[in-house]
Amino acid sequence: MSWLRFFRRRKQDADLQQEMDSYLREEISENISRGLSPGEARRQAQLKFGSSIKVREGLWQQNSFQLLDTTIRNLKFAIRTLRRSPGFATVAILIMALAIGSNTAMFTVVRGVLLNPLPYHAPEQLFALYEHQATHPDSNPYNVVDAGSIPLWQSAAQDLAELSTASPFQGYSVSAESGKLPERIEAGWCSYNFFSTLGVVPVVGRFFAESDDRPDAQATVILANAFWKRRYASDPSIVGKEIWLNSKPYTVIGILPSDFFYSGGYGGSTIQVWTPLTHEAPPQLLTAFDDHEFTVVARLRPGATFASLVTRLTTVQEHIKADHPGPAVHDAVGGRTLLDDIVDDYKTSLYTIFAATGCVLLIACLNVASLLVARTAARAKELAIRAALGGDRLQLLLERVTESFLLSLTGGAIGLFLAWAALRWLIHARHDITRVETLHFDSTVALFAISAIFLCTIFSGLISALGANSRRITESLQDSSRSNTAGQSRAGLRKLLLVLEVSLTVVLLVGAGLLLKSFQRLRNTSLGIPAAENVLAMYISIPEARYQTPVQQTAFFEQLINGVRTIPGVDSAGLVSSAPGRGWGGDRLLSVVEHPPLPKGLDLQVRGADPGYFSAIQIPFTSGRTFRQDERLDRANVVVINNAAAKLCFPDEDPIGRHLKIGMTSTTFEIIGVVGDTRWSISQLPEPTLYWPIYGNGYTGATLVLRSSHNVSALAIPVQKLVGQMDPDLPVSNIATLQETIVKSTLGSQFDSILILTFAIIALILAAAGLYGVLAYLVTQRTPELGIRMTLGAQQTQVLRLVLLDGLRPAIVGLFLGLVASAAVVRLVKSMLYQTEPLDPVVFFAVSLILILVAAAACVIPAWRASRLDPVSSLRAD
Amino acid sequence: MPRKTPSNAEMLKGTLDMMILRTLQSGDAHGHTIAKVIERTSEDVLEVEQGSLYPALHRLEDRGWLSAYWGASENNRKAKFYRLTATGKKQLTRESNRWRQMARAIALVMGEKTPSRRGDL
Repeated sequence: MSWLRFFRRRKQDADLQQEMDSYLREEISENISRGLSPGEARRQAQLKFGSSIKVREGLWQQNSFQLLDTTIRNLKFAIRTLRRSPGFATVAILIMALAIGSNTAMFTVVRGVLLNPLPYHAPEQLFALYEHQATHPDSNPYNVVDAGSIPLWQSAAQDLAELSTASPFQGYSVSAESGKLPERIEAGWCSYNFFSTLGVVPVVGRFFAESDDRPDAQATVILANAFWKRRYASDPSIVGKEIWLNSKPYTVIGILPSDFFYSGGYGGSTIQVWTPLTHEAPPQLLTAFDDHEFTVVARLRPGATFASLVTRLTTVQEHIKADHPGPAVHDAVGGRTLLDDIVDDYKTSLYTIFAATGCVLLIACLNVASLLVARTAARAKELAIRAALGGDRLQLLLERVTESFLLSLTGGAIGLFLAWAALRWLIHARHDITRVETLHFDSTVALFAISAIFLCTIFSGLISALGANSRRITESLQDSSRSNTAGQSRAGLRKLLLVLEVSLTVVLLVGAGLLLKSFQRLRNTSLGIPAAENVLAMYISIPEARYQTPVQQTAFFEQLINGVRTIPGVDSAGLVSSAPGRGWGGDRLLSVVEHPPLPKGLDLQVRGADPGYFSAIQIPFTSGRTFRQDERLDRANVVVINNAAAKLCFPDEDPIGRHLKIGMTSTTFEIIGVVGDTRWSISQLPEPTLYWPIYGNGYTGATLVLRSSHNVSALAIPVQKLVGQMDPDLPVSNIATLQETIVKSTLGSQFDSILILTFAIIALILAAAGLYGVLAYLVTQRTPELGIRMTLGAQQTQVLRLVLLDGLRPAIVGLFLGLVASAAVVRLVKSMLYQTEPLDPVVFFAVSLILILVAAAACVIPAWRASRLDPVSSLRAD
Repeated sequence: MPRKTPSNAEMLKGTLDMMILRTLQSGDAHGHTIAKVIERTSEDVLEVEQGSLYPALHRLEDRGWLSAYWGASENNRKAKFYRLTATGKKQLTRESNRWRQMARAIALVMGEKTPSRRGDL
């Protein structure tokens, strides 16, 4: 057998026909010459020859690839059958497209964001180290590290790992230079070995050397690739030149590669420049054990284990705690792989969505299987006849699988396109997710899509084939509609599929309900101030190099706020170090002078504010007053606390007139007022907070907040112009209304809840369609039986109830199973929920109600149709 | 349905192939001639059925032992002629040697007189 023959089968066949014809004629003429009559001669020749068709068929098969041939025939057959029922085909293909598409997209995301190795050298050796208090088991186990401990760790773990450190919370103002605007950029301080520990190489120049990482070294800076590209047009000659950060010159020594990113549990993905830690950080910070500002990245040495490293460092940290028993000094060390550290924020959410798409895929398969079963049932007689006539059983099974393969393949092809579109949308909508911009389709994704297609084929094909029980051919042939058990077993299988579908749907609905409720709670949460959409906030930072004394700094901010208040449209304006909802603004340990000291200390959020801040942003006073204009600089020793702080520090006394001792300073601060609570993040409860005058407590950066009754965003330009007039080098950054900040910080929650809700609704529609389909089929099957019942006097309502209950039973069983399954799995999404219990009874009840209503709606049409049957014609049916 | 008694036509495929090759040794022939020659030479003991002949011819052609061309038969009809190729000749030698060994071995086992060595086909 050769390929040549395979492709020339038709020609060969014609040749053969001709060849055999000539044979026959030879034989006939031979017979005639032997004296037979022409008719007899032909008859004898043909008798001897036998069936020429059989010879041709034999040779044809000999020249064919058996498998390929049957496959092609099956495909043709499947296409023909699908074409005969375009409605079914379209629905099934769309379902498959949706399921395969969403799964492929989520697979790409999970793989790209969560699983792909980090773009560092040997990333599996990299770990992030954190501290915590062993004595407070419920505290965050991943607290940032104090700089004082790090050198002790390094010398103790020399043989186990190389330790490097970074502080990704810094920022600089880049001065206006050669026509470029000034801007505020996020920055990181890092130890000289930070990049070598990660194992990255600069694209231009070099990274820090040990000699750069000293207080007396020349100022150096490394630029992130994006910043280099954006501000310096990827000009390599910038290396060696100076740029001005906070009005001080820094020499650019290197450029990071474009695929470099660092984004640990404490952010860092938006960092534009890196500077050497020891050169930048204040000396007292570098020796403190109670000021936690640093993340630590460790690279294990060959043979060392992470557990041994943690054990070693915990011993060190216990000694540190013993030597420095301050309340804020940590006594335990922990950590996780750097990959976990980086993707932790998205892990639960992405896996949850992936699980949801997995459920949708399963439901889609069940639904398509159910549709195929229904069609098999409708074609039962055809199949039985074919089987009786000698149709190969395997052949019949293959036909079924080929049909589901065609559906899955077409669905998969459309699905891939959907996945591509979904991915584009995701990259656009969620650029906050780490590494989201690196997502793309590759061979692994293609392999996943192909596997998904085959899985769907096998799954739905085999389930439907199981339904066609070919052992009962004769039964099927005898099966007239008079026998009322008709199709019962096939309907049984479909009911089982339905129960599974409904349970999965319930799980999705419960998940969606919980997330939606959580999101709703989050959105309805107030920051603690009225009408957040009317408050515009922006950040301005002044360089100490130019504004050296507190008097100069204060003068700048006072001049600024006075200027802003005169801008037309500004109703009120104030200054604060960090506005509500805009992130962690810093905290301090303090004690109440009038109280005995507490072993744990009191930890309060600290904000600087100008006298007009509270009235401008409309934080109400519970008691006392705001700062006076003269309470500044040397006389800035007054504080306003919020209600939460008053409750924490002064549970049953009036805080006004009491004194606080803040941090290590010897100054005491008098409490002059108590104000309402605000939140630093919309998803966090209000923290106990104290406010002190922003004029004189060392502030060189401030958030300007202004209120206007309408179109507050339009005021950003006049304020920027004002700042530009005062100092053309000053950038204004982070301009957004507080409402916009809330929306941005609830983006993840909104994204999760809407996606899961979409999948849940798809599942619900599929389940309802499945329910309707099964019931409609059952009613058709039972038409004669129902006819008999009605002839014998059954009432319409009785028939209605009969059919309705028949349809609702799988829905109710499924609902029950689904609720039990939900109760088991919702714990996994607990971390995604805000002020919502995983076992929220309202959600569970609402889901049950919705499901029953939808199921009833799906069942009521076939049931109603059944109850309206004309007994006479239904008896004659079939 | 009673099974057809295995006729001599259901001879081993290899045997038919060998006989076809042998027939063509004396010159090109078309299907009808080949069948007739085998029948006559075997004194009408072996009857070649079309169901075996044509698959065998195609098989041999595939293997390159035969080549085929359209020509005119003795009665001036268009017919497909087969010709033994060089590899076909080698194959024939191989097969007839094997066959002789086999036939002798079977005869020995069956206790018959050893066929004369010089007896040829």
